[in-house]
Amino acid sequence: MTAERAIDIAAAVRKGERSARDVVDEHLARIAERDGELHAFNLVLADEARAAAEAVDAAVARGEDPGPLAGVPVALKDNLCTRGIPTTCSSRILEGWRPPYDATVVERVAAAGGIAIGKTNLDEFAMGSSTENSAFGPTRNPHDPTRVPGGSSGGSAAAVAAQFAPLGLGSDTGGSIRQPAALCGVVGMKPTYGAVSRYGLIAFASSLDQIGPFATTVADAALLYDVIAGHDPLDSTSVHDRLPPMVEAVRQGEDVDGMRIGIVRELMEGIAPDVVAQVNRAADALSAAGAKVDEVSVPACVYGLSAYYLIAPAECSSNLARYDGVRYGLRVDAPDITAMYSSTRAAGFGAEVKRRIMLGTYALSAGYYDAYYGKAQRVRTLIVRDFDAAYKRFDALLSPTSPTTAFAFGAKSDPLAMYMSDVCTIPSNLSGHPAISVPFGVGEDGLPVGVQVMANALQEATVFRAGAALEAQA
Amino acid sequence: MSRINGDDVRHVARLARLDVTDEEVELFTGQLEAVLQHAQDVEALDVADVPPTAHPLPLANVFRDDEPRPGVDRDEVLAMAPDAADGRFRVPRILGEAP
Repeated sequence: MTAERAIDIAAAVRKGERSARDVVDEHLARIAERDGELHAFNLVLADEARAAAEAVDAAVARGEDPGPLAGVPVALKDNLCTRGIPTTCSSRILEGWRPPYDATVVERVAAAGGIAIGKTNLDEFAMGSSTENSAFGPTRNPHDPTRVPGGSSGGSAAAVAAQFAPLGLGSDTGGSIRQPAALCGVVGMKPTYGAVSRYGLIAFASSLDQIGPFATTVADAALLYDVIAGHDPLDSTSVHDRLPPMVEAVRQGEDVDGMRIGIVRELMEGIAPDVVAQVNRAADALSAAGAKVDEVSVPACVYGLSAYYLIAPAECSSNLARYDGVRYGLRVDAPDITAMYSSTRAAGFGAEVKRRIMLGTYALSAGYYDAYYGKAQRVRTLIVRDFDAAYKRFDALLSPTSPTTAFAFGAKSDPLAMYMSDVCTIPSNLSGHPAISVPFGVGEDGLPVGVQVMANALQEATVFRAGAALEAQA
Repeated sequence: MSRINGDDVRHVARLARLDVTDEEVELFTGQLEAVLQHAQDVEALDVADVPPTAHPLPLANVFRDDEPRPGVDRDEVLAMAPDAADGRFRVPRILGEAP
């Protein structure tokens, strides 16, 4: 069954040819049928989604335009604040907490006529690459339920792949949108840092976190991107640049004639041969479509993983200090406040979150700051410089999204082995650049392979165009 | 060369306000060691003359207009607190003396 496109649903609902209520009911029926097995959702918002759909239908009946997402169900990663609706980050420490405000992206989706259909599972506080670190149990890959969906936005990726929703929102700190998109065979895009407001995204590593879309097609991802992007005074890192509509960029997209595309040599090393084969096939396809494809070296990329696993835990240890049992979430009672903090945090956080808090606290502690965090920040500069040099010669860069296809549950119980899953996606987070993962062929196991297209800051149009060209050739 | 021992892990856990069991100390000692071992490639680089990047965007300080506007509702916020009294968060004893 071919997935229904969000663009088509919205067009039909806006014209009154389809009711949003029917669209929502069809998706809720699929969720009821299969989410018991897959566990893409922490919470399905059946009543709220039906009510929102009826409001969209009522607007159409009054002759009003509900907006570009009219009646389209959207799966929200459960680290996006939803007013009055539980937002857990898949952590015991936030179980039952209901935020007093909506994230800016949640408001924008609703204002565009989109329907929040549920809160999706993730690795606790978005720390992981398999969704196995959720306190509420893992999500399963719709293509093979014995495999992980990737992570940390595994729930949103699986929800879109299983057609529980045509669109999903995730967050990407080191690959948490693109890697699960690759493993679940859907499109996932990380915008330029600052292009989408982070207001209401529960922070993991603030200088790296970015919200972005999941969809089954590049055009649908562009549709959602256009809705969520744009300046927001509530996020001080939000950029003021106005970008053209990406939906238009995709329409011209299959034309990559003359586009200069570089295959990043360093990101082709240590990658499974069946994944490398698909990336090479993608390069040939782009070349056949008129692009000028060549190899390029971005040498500092090889330090990305090490720098990331110092910077991200350091920022996480600072951001997660707020979970102390005082203002929200879990509290474990104790006779004095320090004991209350320490016992609450011990009971509320899972193993991976504790590990990263410990690593980050160590990297920031007296005597080690310069050697670890300080040095990692200087390496970040090297990575930015090497990308700058590459973008003098190329419009876009190409690489695998993930070193392998979806792996089995428990296959990467060693934390360092799991961290390696992000080796191709991390460099764009450190540089703040946009990147997309587009499904392109399958591996030897028959599971989806994702190919990544990266571009310079605010060059999302290039990312979407090249992504659309890849999709047309896939 | 081992750079981290159990005492380091206990010290860091205290700084992070995180109770750890003996089993966790043992587990984290090995795992933190492995990650820092991997980070040796970064540690070994001579980047003394490279400026640090804290943030991907060249941002100056950001101001907003100094106009009053509604914030989040106090009662709604306190309703989500583990314990509250008289419009405030309530916490266990902070100072050493008995209540």
